[in-house]
Amino acid sequence: MNAHQQPTGSAYFISPETAKVESHTLSVLVTNEPGVLARVIGLFSGRGYNIESLTVSETEHESHLSRITIVTNGTPTVLEQIKAQLERIVPVHRVVDLTVRAGQLGQERPIEREVALIKVAGTGESRAEVLRLADAFQAKVVDATVGHFIFEITGKSSKIDQFIGVVKPLGLIEVCRTGIAAMNRGPQGM
Amino acid sequence: MTDTADNGNRMTGAEIVLRALKENGVEHLFGYPGGAVLPIYDEIFQQDDIQHILVRHEQGAGHAAEGYARSTGKVGVMLVTSGPGATNAVTPLQDALMDSIPLVCLTGQVPTTLIGSDAFQEADTVGITRPCTKHNWLVKDVNELAGVIHEAFRIAQTGRPGPVVVDIPKDVQFATGTYVPPSEALASKSYTPKVDGDLKAIQAAVELMATARRPILYTGGGVINAGPEASKLLRELVELTDFPITSTLMGLGAYPASGKNWLGMLGMHGSYEANMAMHDCDVMVCIGARFDDRITGRLNAFSPNSRKVHIDIDPSSINKNVRVDIPIIGDVGRVLEDMVRLWRALPKKPEKAQASEWHASIETWRARKSFSYKNSNDVIMPQYALERLAEATKGRDTYITTEVGQHQMWAAQFFGFEEPNHWMTSGGLGTMGYGLPAALGVQVAHPEALVIDIAGDASIQMCIQEMSCAIQHNLPVKIFILNNQYMGMVRQWQQLLHGNRLSNSYTEAMPDFVKLAEAYGAVGMYCDDPKELDEKIAEMIAVKAPVIFDCRVANLANCFPMIPSGKAHNEMLLPDEASDEAVATAIDAKGRQLV
Repeated sequence: MNAHQQPTGSAYFISPETAKVESHTLSVLVTNEPGVLARVIGLFSGRGYNIESLTVSETEHESHLSRITIVTNGTPTVLEQIKAQLERIVPVHRVVDLTVRAGQLGQERPIEREVALIKVAGTGESRAEVLRLADAFQAKVVDATVGHFIFEITGKSSKIDQFIGVVKPLGLIEVCRTGIAAMNRGPQGM
Repeated sequence: MTDTADNGNRMTGAEIVLRALKENGVEHLFGYPGGAVLPIYDEIFQQDDIQHILVRHEQGAGHAAEGYARSTGKVGVMLVTSGPGATNAVTPLQDALMDSIPLVCLTGQVPTTLIGSDAFQEADTVGITRPCTKHNWLVKDVNELAGVIHEAFRIAQTGRPGPVVVDIPKDVQFATGTYVPPSEALASKSYTPKVDGDLKAIQAAVELMATARRPILYTGGGVINAGPEASKLLRELVELTDFPITSTLMGLGAYPASGKNWLGMLGMHGSYEANMAMHDCDVMVCIGARFDDRITGRLNAFSPNSRKVHIDIDPSSINKNVRVDIPIIGDVGRVLEDMVRLWRALPKKPEKAQASEWHASIETWRARKSFSYKNSNDVIMPQYALERLAEATKGRDTYITTEVGQHQMWAAQFFGFEEPNHWMTSGGLGTMGYGLPAALGVQVAHPEALVIDIAGDASIQMCIQEMSCAIQHNLPVKIFILNNQYMGMVRQWQQLLHGNRLSNSYTEAMPDFVKLAEAYGAVGMYCDDPKELDEKIAEMIAVKAPVIFDCRVANLANCFPMIPSGKAHNEMLLPDEASDEAVATAIDAKGRQLV
């Protein structure tokens, strides 16, 4: 970082960042204990890192382990620092940068999936149109009345964005998304 | 577990606390009672193994515990009540976090049934202290209490040391549960700090060091934290390599100031030779320091032509501010041991002549005498006062603490520390009010030693209430105030940055420190004449009681040399160049935006 080009003229050196900002997905294995999520989130807010998506749930009940999936962005140096800072938190067992790992495995990205529930008004002619679109996106009807549908849709975030985009003009009522769940391809665990 | 064994380990939460402290080697506890810790105080009353030192403010308890920890290498322990007790502890907790000081802070909490009800003296202590501790716990089950306290001690003192908080609700202190000794406590599997450095990396570092023509060792508080053995190994490494060595504020004393390779402290108010050598070196070995902004100056001009080795126990310190070529993660002591061994095993040691030009350059820089000042026969110069104080304490077992400001930098420049663990100052957080309570903690640990708080007239007033603690516990600390009637460092920055408009940095209503000392039952002394200084310092040292020494010094002296904001190591402002005009224009418009 000391090789940056422009001086800012301060002992509190805030460099004009020239390195490219990348979006990475991190998997964080933590002890499932009170406050652990606050520690992780507090680290991000306290040190000025970004959270694009956050998903957390217990994954191994017997060993009290939860897995937190965070999509964040930053320059490679900042991303390296985020990982190191996360590893410093006492109840954090492991941190894997899935995006970096995918690169090492010769893959473009890790597998990243999201679930969304999408409520759409559907009466008259638009009703058939909504269902046709849902079918095209492989969205499943999980609730319906004569006036609405709730769809369950799974996939990449971009697919969900797209589906929301197309049903919006037909009467989108509300959306709930889980955030991203992710893992690397191949037989190895994190 | 048999019934009898079980009965021996059945006790109240408050009893568990005291037993756990004892079994973790605690002899002294700094604290202040209150409603939510009364059961623990009742247990303290009924035992003699642990001595409780009653402070006058919870901040004082924290800094005293820090001073105790830093002068002994042991964990400092503090005990405070819920709500305001805990919030008052926040400043020392953050202070200990930034300076990596092992601290266990026990806080009382309202009963579990009242948590979340906005009860009297309730605060979300674990929430408030989460970002200012290494880890913290709220203990809701008395059977987990012993295990948590043992784990708290383990986490506070292993890896990169730091403060931890154990929040104990009052009903848990009353409840009966089972005590578990440290040997049987479950250690958290996710916390396993790495202490041994990677041998390949250490070998690479040694090989790089052997090729250096312009080497420098840049050391920090990590050497002190790694224990006295690490300082010995550091001295051995300097002896073997003949590398020049500088240190951060936190690391002073690890290498003796009288040593021939010593360059003095580096950084914003460091010596010219140390900063120039940092800038021009070709191999830099950073040992237990963290490239703090007060050290590096302008980052993009920081040591531009060097290859850098960084030894640190905390992986997040590596490449945080400055990218390094050879990172070594591990305990400084262990890594230095390997480094010394591998250096000895080098098939071919570098020739003396390899670095001879470098040593000559250093001598040229040293000849600039960057700590020089113009002495006076009429007023005491602050630098002179510290030189005389240092002279008067030579050959004694002396511990120095400081507050924060000009006096702190002058103490670092002029005192000359020979041994580790004898210098206690708030480096990272820069906490005014640190010095007096820290001195009390040091004196508790070293009752026979000479303990001096080098203070400023503004800082000392931030925790002056602890005079009362000094009297109560017969702690004969000496408070040596460099009294210039200003918040000196604030005034200096206003002169440098803000057209000498001295907004609120002059203390118009100064207490009479002599009378103040007497009001507390201590000894007050006054000196404003350079000719009387030696005699009065000798008198202060001879007094077997706490002393406040009001040393009136030149009001407007500035602390030089200095790397002005936005400048590089080789752009220092030296005392002989610091004319009023140079001072007024030292920092450009961009540098003025941020200190």
